Amino acid sequence: MPKVTYIDPQGQSRVVEAETGSTVMENAIKNGVPGIEAECGGACACATCHVYVDEAWLEKTGGPSPMEEDMLDFGFDVRPNSRLSCQIKMTPELDGLVVRTPERQA
Amino acid sequence: MSEPIKTDVVIIGAGPCGLFAVFELGLLDMKAHLIDILDRPGGQCAELYPEKPIYDIPALPYVTGDGLTKALMEQIKPFGPTFHFQDMVVTIEKIGDPLFRVRTEQGKVFETKVVVVAAGGGSFQPKRPPIAGIEAYEAKSVHYAVRQMEAFRGKRILIAGGGDSALDWTLNLAPVASHLTLLHRREEFRASPDSVKKMMALVGDGKIDFVLGQVTGLEGKDGQIEHVIVKRNDGSVFNFACDAILPFFGLTMKLGPVANWGLKLKDDELVEVDTAAFESNVPGIFAIGDINTYPGKLKLILCGFHEGALMAQKAHRYVYPDKKLTFQYTTSSTSLQKKLGVS
Repeated sequence: MPKVTYIDPQGQSRVVEAETGSTVMENAIKNGVPGIEAECGGACACATCHVYVDEAWLEKTGGPSPMEEDMLDFGFDVRPNSRLSCQIKMTPELDGLVVRTPERQA
Repeated sequence: MSEPIKTDVVIIGAGPCGLFAVFELGLLDMKAHLIDILDRPGGQCAELYPEKPIYDIPALPYVTGDGLTKALMEQIKPFGPTFHFQDMVVTIEKIGDPLFRVRTEQGKVFETKVVVVAAGGGSFQPKRPPIAGIEAYEAKSVHYAVRQMEAFRGKRILIAGGGDSALDWTLNLAPVASHLTLLHRREEFRASPDSVKKMMALVGDGKIDFVLGQVTGLEGKDGQIEHVIVKRNDGSVFNFACDAILPFFGLTMKLGPVANWGLKLKDDELVEVDTAAFESNVPGIFAIGDINTYPGKLKLILCGFHEGALMAQKAHRYVYPDKKLTFQYTTSSTSLQKKLGVS
C-alpha cells in the first residue's frame, strides 16, 4: 500500500499506510494523526483538513480545484502549496507523499 | 415581555431532522414552531452542502442537500409549521409538568409542552479567523456582522474575505468609511461576478484599496485595533493603520446555548438520550439528529428520521395526556390521510 508522511509544525513525522483511492484526510483521521480536523467529514465544505504539500510532490498531486480554492479562502496561512487533504486521493504514484500540517486549522 | 406564543412543540433547528419531526408530530395532531439561526430551512444541507449529493437516504439513490430540503418542505406542508428564522433559543425554563418557557435572542417567548432539540452541530456562528489575540478586540473593533452602518462612518476599515458577504459590505461601506481596504488572498472571488465588477470599479476610481494577502497579526490596546499586520502574497509584510476589521470567513457550528439548559451532555457537546423516545434527562425535552448521543449512535440523516418518529410517540403523552394513541399506517388510515390532505 502507498505510504503518506505527515509532518507536524514541531517537525515530528508520522508515516501511515494508505489504501489506494482513500484520501489523505481519511488516513489522518483513521490513524489519529493530529492537526487535521475535517469538520465537514470530507465534503470539501470547510477548510479544517488544510495541509501543505511537500514541494517535491506538488507536480504529482497537482493543485486545488476551483471549488477547493474557494474553500481554502477559509484556511489560515494559506500558501501556494496549500491543499485540502480530503481532496487528495492516494494512488500508487503518490507512494511516499509528504504533507505538512499547519500550525492551526481554521 | 411580548405575549407568549402557545404551542404543542418547539423544535430547535430546521435541518432535515427538525423538518421531518414536523411530519411525525403532525400525524399525531401536534403543532410545531421551528426556530433556526439561518435564514432558510435545511440546516447543514442548506449551509454546507446544498449542491452536494447525498447517497444514503432510503429510497433516494441520489439527492442534493437542497433537493432533500425542498422535498421535506413539501412533505410537511399539510401540517403548517411556523418558522422563526435568524433567531436562536437562549433559555428554556421549566414552568409546568411538563411546560416550558422558551426565549429567543430576538425576544420571542414560547410556552410549549414539548421541546425538541434538533440543533445538529449547534448553531452556525461566524468563523473566527485563527489570528493570535483576536478575541481581545471582538467587543470593540473586530466585527463579524454589520448591525448599523453608521457605526463605521469616518472609520478606516479593513474587510477580509472573498465571498458575497465581504464584497457586499465592501460596496455598502465604501461611501461611509473614511478609508476602506479589501483584503483577499487571491484574485479570484467566490462572490457574484457582478459585485466583483462593482468592487473593481471602485478600486479603479481610487475610492477603495484592494490588497492581495492575509492578516497575520493585530496590534492595539484596550480592545481597540490600531494596526493590522498583513502578509502580501509576494511575501512582504506591512503594517496597516485601521480602526475596524470585518472578517468574513464563512460560518462554523458551535454548541452555543444548548450547553446551558440543564441537559445531561456527553463530552460537553452531545445531549445524552434514551433510545426508546430520544428524551433527555429532562422529561419533555427531546434531542434528535446529530446533536444527540446514545450507545451505537450514528450521525446519519436516516437515523435522525427514525429518532423523530419515536420521539413523537412519547411527545404525544405530554401533549395529550388523556388520549390513547393507536398506531396507524399512512397507507391505510383514513384519519392520517385526512391530515395529509389526500383523503
